[in-house]
Amino acid sequence: MGLKENLHKFRVKNQGKKWFPVFSGFHTFLFTPNETTHSGTHVKGADDLKRTMNTVVMSLIPCLIFGMFNTGYQHYLALGEIQAAADGFFSAAFWTWDNFILGFWKMIPLVVVSYVVGLTVEFIFCVIKGHEIEEGYLVTGMLVPLIVPIDLPLWMLTVAIVFGVVIGKEVFGGTGMNILNPALTIRAFLFFAYPTWMSGDKVWVHGAVDTAGTADAISGETVLGYLAQGKGVDEFSYSLSDMFFGFIPGSVGETSTLLILLGGLFLVFSKIASWRIMLSAVIGSLVMGLIFNSIVAAGWIPEYSKFYGLMSFEYWQHLLVGGLAFGIVFMATDPVTGSQTNRGKWIYGFLIGFLSVMIRVFNPGYPEGVFLAILLMNVFAPTIDHYVVRGNIKRRMKRLKNATIYPKTSGEVEALKTETV
Amino acid sequence: MGLLSKKDANLILDPLADNNPITIQVLGICSALAITAELKASVVMALSVLFVLGVGNVVISLMRNIIPSKIRIIVQLIVVATLVIVVDQVLKAFAYELSKTLAVFVGLIITNCIIMGRFEAFALGNGPWKSFLDGIGNALGYGVILIIVGFFRELLGSGTLFGIPVLGDPIAKTGLYATGYENNGFMIIPPAALIVVGIIIWVQRSRNKALIEEA
Repeated sequence: MGLKENLHKFRVKNQGKKWFPVFSGFHTFLFTPNETTHSGTHVKGADDLKRTMNTVVMSLIPCLIFGMFNTGYQHYLALGEIQAAADGFFSAAFWTWDNFILGFWKMIPLVVVSYVVGLTVEFIFCVIKGHEIEEGYLVTGMLVPLIVPIDLPLWMLTVAIVFGVVIGKEVFGGTGMNILNPALTIRAFLFFAYPTWMSGDKVWVHGAVDTAGTADAISGETVLGYLAQGKGVDEFSYSLSDMFFGFIPGSVGETSTLLILLGGLFLVFSKIASWRIMLSAVIGSLVMGLIFNSIVAAGWIPEYSKFYGLMSFEYWQHLLVGGLAFGIVFMATDPVTGSQTNRGKWIYGFLIGFLSVMIRVFNPGYPEGVFLAILLMNVFAPTIDHYVVRGNIKRRMKRLKNATIYPKTSGEVEALKTETV
Repeated sequence: MGLLSKKDANLILDPLADNNPITIQVLGICSALAITAELKASVVMALSVLFVLGVGNVVISLMRNIIPSKIRIIVQLIVVATLVIVVDQVLKAFAYELSKTLAVFVGLIITNCIIMGRFEAFALGNGPWKSFLDGIGNALGYGVILIIVGFFRELLGSGTLFGIPVLGDPIAKTGLYATGYENNGFMIIPPAALIVVGIIIWVQRSRNKALIEEA
């Protein structure tokens, strides 16, 4: 009689109790229940919801750890205590113990609050509704700390998560029924509710808010922030490799394009996320970036225009800064809120990339538009699917109408052929 | 209720809860979203609609037998427009600042579906006393929701009630603000009203299961 047996006995004994979903949630997290289906033959796939979710969480871990190092690095760099990392991704100045410790102690509260609050809300709803606890929050809970500024007050995060999980997910019926991506709903709520903590030039580096206005003030401006103020590419000190490796200020998990790329490849090869959405979103953002670049090249935008900085930004570099890469890989590919049909995925992804760059350039108040673009396309995803399916039915109906239907016996086919000839 | 018969009392009480014009019939949403950022504006709007709907219902009810049915919408519009202009002028005379906040939305009471709806559905077929009660009831049902929404939006969005700070001073960091609390900017923008109304509908329907439609 091991623990496993005891747990199963406990499970059978307490079925139907009010708190049963809570027990079941923890139990099935660790063990497979020994219940089997009673009727018919079933094909059993190895990839259940838990494995899917865990794969996504695993692909986020590199971004999380990098985020911890980067938090410390940006802080100490802004204070002038360390030198900029100059020799590639494995720069000794970046991967220091000090950087990690600071980032770790700043990040862990965000992660803990995210999971505790989110899962509590989820558990409460499951107990009230008598549902099985779904694992939907596992990914959301990991995404949320990665897409907020490091110095965000924890109570704001709590309020936003309660709002996001209840209004964004539970009112629609819980995991799998939501229209909007819950992590982005949480971010959108934070952005509109507490804009001073979610945008501007202070929040992106730890310590910049506390020191603002004093003699020790440090800047927490992001690359996009510089560009939105009309400053040219040569006016900030970040090189292309800094942007690609992620040695730049920003939301915790979004900076390292390299690690996002790795996570994305992992998701594509494990067939969790759709490569169609990722590829088309990249194409969409490149197209929009090229359009802006060619407008600048044609001389239609004067240099004093407030859009000049972002419009003249090299088109492919849009993918390296801000949350675009992170959004495309981890948010746009959410299988619940995205398009379901293959053709729909191309349209959906393309528009996400296209709109992200457009909002980025034209929204003067806030130089990032990825989360708005994805939320907007979340809303349109069912519409896109609807028209894709309609189009498919129409095409096949037409094919059916124009088809020649041969008689069944071969003799009659011969006769028909001679007739048509 | 000794004053009113049970049937008459229901004319007032029904629209307050189980047949609320906003949360059940989902009418008059436009103004409910637009002007509920402040409690004061919500109260004034509720009172304006109370006046227009109460008087309008009586007037239409008195004229119900002489209005040719082909032009009844035009007649109703003239009645409601007259009353709205009265309200608008009174507000401009006695509460100029507030009338600027409410701006076009007082004028838009004319197009508020609740008013035309009650004229069409009730006043045209019932006597003046009943129509009056119905008008008051519906206007109160509308007003109650407006005030609830206005209360939460002003409290959470600006930290004030009727313009009076209740949570402390956000700039000097006193009261609740000393603990790091900040006003929720989301509550100021109209989409927040939609969500608050949605939550009210949610609460109401989970308390009274009879209101839930069959899917």
